Amino acid sequence: MERIEVLKTYKLYIGGKFPRTESGRYYQPAGKNGKKLGNICQSSRKDLRNSVVAARTALASWAPRDPFNRSQILYRIAEMLEGRSAQFVDELKQQGSTPTAARKEVAASIDRCIYYAGWCDKYQQTFSSVNPVASAHFNFSVYEPMGVITAIAPEQSSLLGLLGTVLPIITGGNSCIVIASETKPLCAITLAEALATSDLPGGVINILTGVRAELLPIIGSHMDINAVVASDLTDTEKSNLRAEATSNLKRTIFCKQDPAKTESPYPILATQEIKTTWHPVESSITGGSAY
Amino acid sequence: MKSHTKNTPARYIPSSSPPVDQVGIAERAARFTTRSIKDTTKRAGLNMVLNMIDLTTLEGADTPNKVRQLCYKSCHLHDSIPGLPTTAAVCVYPTFVKIARTALGPHSKVNIASVATAFPSGHATLKQKLEETTQAVGDGADEIDMVISRGKFLSGDYNYVFDEIAAVKEACGKARLKVILETGELGTLDNVRRASDIAIHAGGDFIKTSTGKIASAATIPVTLVMLLAIRDHYFKTGEMVGMKPAGGISKSKLALHYLVMVKETLGPEWLDNRWFRFGASSLANDVLMQVAKLESGHYQAAQYFSKD
Repeated sequence: MERIEVLKTYKLYIGGKFPRTESGRYYQPAGKNGKKLGNICQSSRKDLRNSVVAARTALASWAPRDPFNRSQILYRIAEMLEGRSAQFVDELKQQGSTPTAARKEVAASIDRCIYYAGWCDKYQQTFSSVNPVASAHFNFSVYEPMGVITAIAPEQSSLLGLLGTVLPIITGGNSCIVIASETKPLCAITLAEALATSDLPGGVINILTGVRAELLPIIGSHMDINAVVASDLTDTEKSNLRAEATSNLKRTIFCKQDPAKTESPYPILATQEIKTTWHPVESSITGGSAY
Repeated sequence: MKSHTKNTPARYIPSSSPPVDQVGIAERAARFTTRSIKDTTKRAGLNMVLNMIDLTTLEGADTPNKVRQLCYKSCHLHDSIPGLPTTAAVCVYPTFVKIARTALGPHSKVNIASVATAFPSGHATLKQKLEETTQAVGDGADEIDMVISRGKFLSGDYNYVFDEIAAVKEACGKARLKVILETGELGTLDNVRRASDIAIHAGGDFIKTSTGKIASAATIPVTLVMLLAIRDHYFKTGEMVGMKPAGGISKSKLALHYLVMVKETLGPEWLDNRWFRFGASSLANDVLMQVAKLESGHYQAAQYFSKD
């Protein structure tokens, strides 16, 4: 007798927990040879709202955390991914990758975590500046996280693209909600399972699956999201998002490079605000003192 | 004024309080959270919640200006949304009653509630408690929130608690009296029921769950037990008594669950700020955010609403 395979239900990842979608909806994307990949939650606007609340709460402890500690946590994520690499390879194959490509993508993903773990405590001193000004002021600019960011993971690169989008965001002390690839969502939720067992505080990364077109307008008009990061939106989607984003002046960051292929510190800076401070000083270089 | 309401004994008899079925209460309480509330009902419910809030500041760090700001907020919850009600009252320490009265004016729709009787511990002599009450009422308080002596209650001296409430009620004069049971310190639901009966029989106009100063504050099961005490009293005497859950209610969804419970336990007559109140400081903002969401269709952010 032929055994009936149990199709896994992949749940959402919100605030460090794995809830089913509040809407109760699910979809079954087709993988290689038309085989169903699993039961995937189709997130609703309430799931988005809940994850924004979780991200806002997590931000309060993530943003002021020591950069070195953030670095340790990102390194820990890499360790957890390494232990699950076989599962990721298997899922990438189910989603249509060749075995070689799948193994390469997983290895690159783990390396990407290490890469950004390294940048956690280095981008600030590398890119901050002391600015020359024409008055007796010490003038300097430093980077501060934007806040709660919604990331739209690229549609084609299920694991590396998602990590390439999310890691720079959390490296810089932001918390985020990521919308996983609609047609290739498996790795996103398996990643959530790895994150839940790493030291990353719940709510720093929240992962939603579902229909991108349905979620985009709600993201655009949500008043408590500070920025949206995406890399493969259509021109119409971009302009709609830009229009809706004016409600609370949220930043819309559309990267031109494929996040799966970019290994660079600049995506970190994309989700940073620059704070410039003027501090009055007595110039000691010119010699002499007014006192 | 009489020291306690008519038709009630001058002494409390412990056996007159029925035992509480704890499991039954928990099951019933869980049911209230499963009602489906549609948008129009929700909008009406949220307005009702706002109108039932005792906007509260009871901190050691309270300043006259913070109280003035609170008074302003009670009347101007969020001016960019037209048609919002005022809160039912502001709730402050006795020393701030005069300031609140000046800020709100003599004929304000918003009442001034003052905690009294050595809030939150209740450890003071009866004389001190009565003086504090008289002073707060003299300064212009419309409502007095007293705490019962939990120490006396827990050592079984029910009549002391009864007499004390009756005496404070007399000192209140025209002001309405809310009796805080501090259910988190009473230990069992049986004790909550007993304390509710004492407070009602001794003349309390409202019974209130908590001071908000300890971790275990208002919960749905505890409130349900108190509502049942009110209902039994109503069936026996025809007199209505008010209810005020306080502490820990900061989300509008939870507040709507409370309204469902009140409606289903006591009936629609209690859905009025004369008979039901929320003691809360952060609830108002969450409700305002939900109202704004219903009005605009967009999810809101806390930073666009006033802090206090």
